[in-house]
Amino acid sequence: MSFLSIDHLSKHFPSHSGNGKVCIFEDVTVKINKGEFVTVIGHSGCGKSTLLNIIAGLETPTEGGAILNGQEVTGPGLDRMVVFQSFALMPWMTVFENVALAVRSAYPTWSSQEIKAHVQKYITLVGLQGAETKKPTALSGGMKQRVGLARAFSIEPKVLLLDEPFAQIDALTRGVIQEELVQMWNATRNTVFMVTHDVDEAILLSDRIMLMTNGPSARIAEIVDVTIPRPRSRETIIEDEHYYKIRNHIIHFLVRHASHGQADESGEHTERSGPVEINFRDQATNQ
Amino acid sequence: MGIKSTQHPFFISVFFLGIFLFVWHVATISPPFDPTGKTEEELLVLEFNGDIVQTDDGRYVWNPEKEKVKGVPGPMTVAEKAWIELNEAFVIKGTNDHGIAFLVGYTVSRFSVGFLVASGVAILVGIILGLNQMLFRALNPFIQILKPISPLAWMPLLLYTVKDPKWTAILVVFMAAIWPTLATTAFGVNSLRKEYLQVAAILQLSWFKRLYTVILPGAAPTIVNGLRISFGSALVAVVPAEMLLGELGVGYLSWIEWNNLDIAGVIFAILVVGTVGVLLDSGFNKLAGLVTYRE
Repeated sequence: MSFLSIDHLSKHFPSHSGNGKVCIFEDVTVKINKGEFVTVIGHSGCGKSTLLNIIAGLETPTEGGAILNGQEVTGPGLDRMVVFQSFALMPWMTVFENVALAVRSAYPTWSSQEIKAHVQKYITLVGLQGAETKKPTALSGGMKQRVGLARAFSIEPKVLLLDEPFAQIDALTRGVIQEELVQMWNATRNTVFMVTHDVDEAILLSDRIMLMTNGPSARIAEIVDVTIPRPRSRETIIEDEHYYKIRNHIIHFLVRHASHGQADESGEHTERSGPVEINFRDQATNQ
Repeated sequence: MGIKSTQHPFFISVFFLGIFLFVWHVATISPPFDPTGKTEEELLVLEFNGDIVQTDDGRYVWNPEKEKVKGVPGPMTVAEKAWIELNEAFVIKGTNDHGIAFLVGYTVSRFSVGFLVASGVAILVGIILGLNQMLFRALNPFIQILKPISPLAWMPLLLYTVKDPKWTAILVVFMAAIWPTLATTAFGVNSLRKEYLQVAAILQLSWFKRLYTVILPGAAPTIVNGLRISFGSALVAVVPAEMLLGELGVGYLSWIEWNNLDIAGVIFAILVVGTVGVLLDSGFNKLAGLVTYRE
């Protein structure tokens, strides 16, 4: 039994014309093991954020469901913390207060000293010591998301849900924070479900990458095993023999699915077949 | 830079005030009475009417008592009146003749009660409507009809139902203050970024905690804007309410001075109304500064 399983999940929205429904994605089935870092890549609008929100309990599926640790997800909870693309820090609270709000909720029995120490630990972990009393407005995008990560890690959730966490951060800072996230993940070995459209980010961070076709009626077409040993860093990862194979494979997939309907014309995958698993290590041994 | 840029506007203000007082003074000076060209009979009629009086040395001058109610009083007359009023600020001479400090106190307390109660009700109802889109859409037509009604239009009905001018005046302020805050609070809560509420939901905050750690501070800048509009319209409403109801206060002062045909008193009352407005407004701005934030 896997730790987090997404079981035959479909999501329909009422269509704009009023009658009928638009299918965002359908029949998505994923199994994620404890401590695994899994990423979904797809074009904008393919429903990957909706998928993440359903796991978070912030949206309800039309069919199917998500099961975490043997329990079906029925609503949001402290065991599944989201890191938002828009940071979602309370602008009227300081950095410390933003993290403390989460810690206080997760550990309601703790004394204020315990809470303070715990908050301080995670603020230090993301390198924001000295900025505790600043308001989010006074921080750069990168620093804001560090607060978002500190808040998410601080409540030690069973699953971390990263919703395009670095999309609003400039490219140079993004690389630095990605590396920091690698280190934080190495230290905590959280189960992580991430949504992104940054291929390099996905390869650097993930154990497996799920490739999603375009909506409407998007589905997960392929699952790519990132066969690059850990620990990884941005500098060394590009030396790995599998790096460009994986990267090219994903980019080819994304280009093929750049416009609506093309995926079906290519006829590579029939409607109801499950996702194709891609593993370059196996391919190497097979050849 | 600091000294120059802060001192300049002050001097310019003083300069303009000086010009204004001078023009006012010159425009309101009446020339001394000139008896040339007037017959004995005409002079007698003027004296009989009380327009002029004969001095001890036999000359005719304008009647100083009638001068007070003739034309617009000059700045000196108003200053004199203000001096007298301020000296008697804490004196109660009769049931309806209370010192200016008391009148200001009555108006401020009347205003405060009406405004605070209205704000409390408006924020509470606004939050409920802001969180419940269905309820908001259902009640919005009523709010739209009630909002543009002048608070003074309610007065006869209020007076008839509560049968007490004291409470009627407070209720007029209440009616003036409730709608802008209600509408903007509902809007502010409704347009609160949904991520904030999602974070609150993930952190499993209780309804009450969600209200005062996320919803209220998040909507605070919008709520404060609504309060500011309410504040202005309540301040506008309190003066005529006092005039019409005869309730002691600065609005009443303006009306009673008019009834006394004491125009200097009317001008003084106008200045007092302005001062009270500034006092209340600066207090309000201090409060508003505490709750606003930048995105």
